[in-house]
Amino acid sequence: MKSLEELKAIREKMQGQVSLRGEDHDNTRVVVGMATCGIASGARPVLNTLATLVQEKGLTGKIAVTQTGCIGLCQYEPIVEVMEPGKTKVTYIKMNSEKAAEVVERHLVGGHIVEAYTLSGADIK
Amino acid sequence: MYRSHVLVCGGTGCTSSGSQQIMEALTAELEKKGLQNEISVVQTGCHGLCALGPIMIVYPDASFYSMVKVEDIPEIVEEHLLKGRVVTRLLYQETVTSSGVKALIDTDFYKKQHRIALRNCGVINPEVIEEYIGTGGYQALGTVLTEMAPDDVIQVLLDSGLRGRGGGGFPTGLKWKLARQNDADQKYVCCNADEGDPGAFMDRSVLEGDPHALIEAMIIAGYAIGATQGYVYVRAEYPIAVDRLNIAIEQAREFELLGKDIFGSGFDFDLDIRLGAGAFVCGEETALMTSIEGHRGEPRPRPPFPAQKGLFGKPTILNNVETYANIPQIILNGAEWFASMGTEKSKGTKVFALGGKINNTGLVEVPMGTTLRTVIDEIGGGIPNGKKFKAAQTGGPSGGCIPAEHFDIPIDYDNLIAIGSMMGSGGLIVMDEDDCMVDIAKFFLEFTVEESCGKCTPCRVGTKRMLEILEKVTKGNAVLEDLDKLEELCYYIKNNSLCGLGQTAPNPVLSTLRYFRDEYEAHIKEKKCPSGVCKALLSYHIDAGKCKGCTLCARVCPNDAISGSVKNPHVIDLDKCIKCGACMDKCKFGAIYKQ
Repeated sequence: MKSLEELKAIREKMQGQVSLRGEDHDNTRVVVGMATCGIASGARPVLNTLATLVQEKGLTGKIAVTQTGCIGLCQYEPIVEVMEPGKTKVTYIKMNSEKAAEVVERHLVGGHIVEAYTLSGADIK
Repeated sequence: MYRSHVLVCGGTGCTSSGSQQIMEALTAELEKKGLQNEISVVQTGCHGLCALGPIMIVYPDASFYSMVKVEDIPEIVEEHLLKGRVVTRLLYQETVTSSGVKALIDTDFYKKQHRIALRNCGVINPEVIEEYIGTGGYQALGTVLTEMAPDDVIQVLLDSGLRGRGGGGFPTGLKWKLARQNDADQKYVCCNADEGDPGAFMDRSVLEGDPHALIEAMIIAGYAIGATQGYVYVRAEYPIAVDRLNIAIEQAREFELLGKDIFGSGFDFDLDIRLGAGAFVCGEETALMTSIEGHRGEPRPRPPFPAQKGLFGKPTILNNVETYANIPQIILNGAEWFASMGTEKSKGTKVFALGGKINNTGLVEVPMGTTLRTVIDEIGGGIPNGKKFKAAQTGGPSGGCIPAEHFDIPIDYDNLIAIGSMMGSGGLIVMDEDDCMVDIAKFFLEFTVEESCGKCTPCRVGTKRMLEILEKVTKGNAVLEDLDKLEELCYYIKNNSLCGLGQTAPNPVLSTLRYFRDEYEAHIKEKKCPSGVCKALLSYHIDAGKCKGCTLCARVCPNDAISGSVKNPHVIDLDKCIKCGACMDKCKFGAIYKQ
């Protein structure tokens, strides 16, 4: 180690991973439906994309990505719910990795809900 | 990148309850389910709740599983790690509420704790230096070497009010300042990791859970006093700690955090481990240095103090592991931050090893000035089986017993000394109404008699004589004058012993005499042990009214001391009885009593 910059580089690389182990339950929670229905319709790549991107962008201190069971809307799986403290829950349906990446970029980073993928935005009768 | 981290405790406590098997089963199960690239298994240091091991925490949701068994692993993997359904029945039940799961930091055990020295224990993998760096590790060293002069570092420590955590409570900044002022061609930085107090294991926990914190602090110490070589003196009885420390030193060398020209500052420092064979006296500073030099571990008179003439006759500082573990945080957060915690003369936090008659056996770190009541009743979860608190023993064989009347005293260095005990390294053994205080004093005396190095007469002969008097008391052969003799001997040994071992050895006796003299007197005058511990003063009897004549006691008695026929009350032959208590444990009718 010859300079503070070298140390900083390692620190930043590791920070996203280590801060995943926080205890702060006031975080934004991103929850992926991982029951049989969710897994069958491709929830695992969605979950992994979300988890990876949140770490890469160094957001693990603020956002926790976890799984949940079946919420009863099996035909709309993979479902991703975003719960921000003090805000109404946003439910994204029929997700895939690309859509998940877009949600991270526009919603979690940018703060704008991607209406087109939400349960209320989709044209459901 | 992993979406989830599963932390398995690899401290000595959990290792002995089988955490290695849990790790193996978990890794195998994850591979079976194809989850090995999504979920990372991390071996960490101690979480403190050793009574509930093996411990496993799943992040990011921070679910805390306790007493995990190998057969639970498939369920946890399938339900929780794959499908996200937490297996509530296997969680630490304190975290389970009617409305769901509460965070670990909100449980009674962790709520009142403040972890500085233990902050990374149970959070990072101690064998991966990058994880330590990821939590801000080596940042303090970088700041010190690139921005601070040695005197500035010492000033920060002086301002912080940090005092030695090994027992004495000497101001750390002052110790460093004295060593800095002494010019020499070579100086040394030593770490006392020869944790010897029965029941204390916080230093082991730091070495096992966060070894880089110690290394970082020792390099800082080297820079501050002008030393280029450090030694960690650790007992060989701590194999996991020694392994992890070796790995950590190797990694620090690889990353050029140990070696030449650290951070391009021109400062060189290296660190080596010296193993001790586990003699208690080697925790005394002069004996420890004598042992590092390769001689038999015996103390020598002070002065000269180590800051003047220490290891190999050169100026040396010697600090305890927990003291060092605080230092990087003090540099990073500032002296004021540290000094804002604790009491007037004892700043920061202290780690205690809870043991004895307490529900949550383990390691806790609380701000100085926390009361014994908070530590025992709230964090420790109280005393099992509804028994009554009698006393808490602090400071190991050098300390004393704190009776119930001081339950609300804020714990710090000076208060403990005022009530006849001492901080020591932080062992805290809780005793209830079933413990005999004379027997406790005898236990610690037996330890010091065994561990006395024999160099000076007051300690070698005096402690032995004290033990003989205590044995007379517990056997009911003593007279009241013996107590006066005992007390006189205590003060003689305290004043005339060469080192800390002898000077403090009478403390357990003095403090029990001070607070529990009535128990000593009961042994002497009434020939009775009020707590029913001292065997020579007990006898077992059968209550003829309650005995159903089931013959069970007669069958379990190893010495055929019980006689009687079926359905008739039995009788114990007191001459044959060896007072093992087997009959009392087995009797289903509570007919056997001791008096």
